[in-house]
Amino acid sequence: MIEMDDLLIRKLVKRGKRLDGRNFDAYREVSIETNFINSAEGSARLRLGNTEVVVGVKMGIGTPYPDTPDEGVLVVNAELVPLASPEFEKGPPGEESIELARVVDRAIRESKCIAFDKLCIEPGKAVWMVNVDIDVLDDDGNLIDASCMAAVAALATAKMPEYEKNDDSYKVNFDKKSESLPMKCLPISTTFVRIGDAILADPALDELNAMDARLTIGTLDDGKEIKLCSMQKGGSNGLAVGQVEQIIDLAIEKGKELRKIVKAEKE
Amino acid sequence: MKESKVKDEKRVDGRDFDETRPIEAKAGILHRAQGSAMFKFGSTMAIAGVFGPRKVFPKHKEKAERAILRTDYRMAPFSTKERSRPGPSRRSTEISFVTRNAILPVIVTEDFPKTSIDVVVEVLQADASTRCCGINAAVLALADAGVPMRDLVVSCSAGKVNGKIILDIAGEEDTEGEVDMPVAWYPKRKEITLLQMDGIVTPGEAKEILHLALKGCERIYKDMQESLRSKYTIEESKGDV
Amino acid sequence: MHVFLRENVRLISMEENQELEQAKKERRLVIPGDHLGDEQAGHGTYVVEGKVYSKYIGLAEVRNGKHIVIPLAGVYSPKRGDGVIGKITDIIFQKWIVDINSPYEAVLPLSDAVEGFVDLTKEDLTRYFDYGDIIFAEISNVNRQKQVQLSMRSPKCRKLWGGRLIKVTPAKVPRIIGRQGSMVEMIKKLTGTQIVVGQNGIVWVRGDNEDLAAETVLTVERLSHKGGLTDYIKETLEKKVAELKPVKDEEKVEEAEENLEESGEEEL
Repeated sequence: MIEMDDLLIRKLVKRGKRLDGRNFDAYREVSIETNFINSAEGSARLRLGNTEVVVGVKMGIGTPYPDTPDEGVLVVNAELVPLASPEFEKGPPGEESIELARVVDRAIRESKCIAFDKLCIEPGKAVWMVNVDIDVLDDDGNLIDASCMAAVAALATAKMPEYEKNDDSYKVNFDKKSESLPMKCLPISTTFVRIGDAILADPALDELNAMDARLTIGTLDDGKEIKLCSMQKGGSNGLAVGQVEQIIDLAIEKGKELRKIVKAEKE
Repeated sequence: MKESKVKDEKRVDGRDFDETRPIEAKAGILHRAQGSAMFKFGSTMAIAGVFGPRKVFPKHKEKAERAILRTDYRMAPFSTKERSRPGPSRRSTEISFVTRNAILPVIVTEDFPKTSIDVVVEVLQADASTRCCGINAAVLALADAGVPMRDLVVSCSAGKVNGKIILDIAGEEDTEGEVDMPVAWYPKRKEITLLQMDGIVTPGEAKEILHLALKGCERIYKDMQESLRSKYTIEESKGDV
Repeated sequence: MHVFLRENVRLISMEENQELEQAKKERRLVIPGDHLGDEQAGHGTYVVEGKVYSKYIGLAEVRNGKHIVIPLAGVYSPKRGDGVIGKITDIIFQKWIVDINSPYEAVLPLSDAVEGFVDLTKEDLTRYFDYGDIIFAEISNVNRQKQVQLSMRSPKCRKLWGGRLIKVTPAKVPRIIGRQGSMVEMIKKLTGTQIVVGQNGIVWVRGDNEDLAAETVLTVERLSHKGGLTDYIKETLEKKVAELKPVKDEEKVEEAEENLEESGEEEL
């Protein structure tokens, strides 16, 4: 299938324009719907322009890692469902879905937003496992930001199930959900691409196909100031030092805007 | 409270804050691979081999107007204290992917259309910065294989331990590391081709860590150039019968 | 450092010799990204903002006012006019498909391989070249799509019967041939073997002393960036030949002279 011409995108960008008329630093419209899947402890359906993802949070009881015996465990997985793009194929996860899962995982994990110490049931034996599964339904670019925002919204609105102890084993009672998942902050992922000398926020699919380089930065608000918690460069060309610094500053600004949207959903 | 690994003046292994571990680089170490190299950051050691440019299998991956670069980052099961499960993992798949993007800008892919250049990186010993070590080994192996390149890409990491910003976190520092940022640098074009970060920092600190990592890259660049040149000068003196 | 002289220069007078000494100094070891100068760019180089840089580990020199780099490693990239040694891998319609030790396979069309009319309804092409046959052929064309066409029209092109093949780094072929063929001729003469050198890094050797000739070719490859190599090889080879066949020297030389005309080595 013939995709939109890279050259057209580059030409437009040179003239200071984007295909969908946005400003370079503007995000597409975000809409979130949370807790719409009953079988999950937390869920969010998020649209970022034409990109759509669904995230479900499922909890279970498992054994902790030996080096963190009193902390819960986070597992992030991403699936590029074949209905999201003619390019996606069934089969084992490819590079793209693995990168997506790992970058979202890193933004959440490194921000330390989940109070893992409160997810311990019995040290060394039983802790809560938090499984975040990302389903991409419609890929119009910037899956990382969409998935991360949806994941954080789903985590922030998740309700923990109760458990029962029988002899030496624990059993989850999914019918009783009461407490919220303990969250300390809301990490936000922001992605920018370089096309020529221009830096564009929230790249759409055509822009991703035409980009030189991509940089995703995770930010958090610890109540005092905005900090960075993760970075990931993509794309097969480089970035100048000045461009990286510019993107760091932009990530802080854009992170604030997006955080407000997720926060509103939590409250 | 236990003693910190980073004190006010020096690091636990005696290095300065802006000093890398001892570096060892050697090109042309394997027989069957078209090009090969070994790179060491202290005890972290990686070996890379290059095959190609060669015919692309499967053929549908072929690009009519340029060569494709394929990278495979692997960790030997015995490279870590706890044996690591052999075979690809999500981590190794992601590192293979970012390694490719880090190196690709210097390769003159248009010189060999319809071919693949395959790079295999095997980490034999892992003590932090394995992806940087692997990238450096891969770049040397590519040059050794006679693959057309515009420059060498150099990789190095910097981070934050106990509030101090330091170059090339390793060993005991690693367990206390708050932030780690691996970077790759294309010196001739002054471009960053790999940039990742884990851990919480202020924007100012992030920029400071980045600049320190680049300083490390510039130094390693000289070492890598030297190792390539010495491969041939050494052969010469040996050949003087 | 010791480097080789350009192989296409005749070395006679003292004056010329001095010039060559100069050229030798200008030929230096470079690695990818090394800045060569601001003049014209030749093969093995690239240009950014008027500056010429090396693309390879190799030897840089100025030839006809252009910066060039001769790589010290790398795969064979087919060039029009090169004489190559290849192996028949397939026969499709009226063409032979030939493996030429390169990422790109070559095609030998019937019309460029056989004189006169061939009736394909009656004849099988394997009669001329069968699967697995080794040929010496000339590259008649390489297009932008890297489709390589071979021709057997030149008299030096032929099927190579028997003998054995040696693989060397294609970039080092000029060393094996030597200045005006001096190196390969010397090896042929002293070992009494037939040798054909393909620009694609395949060397074919046939004769009683195949082993010695093959070993010598590989020695040349290994020491290829050293000076005074021809003399050194000659000396060691003479010793070895004397040990091998102390009696039949005369015969060997005669045979070698015959072979001279058959072989089709190329010069850079």
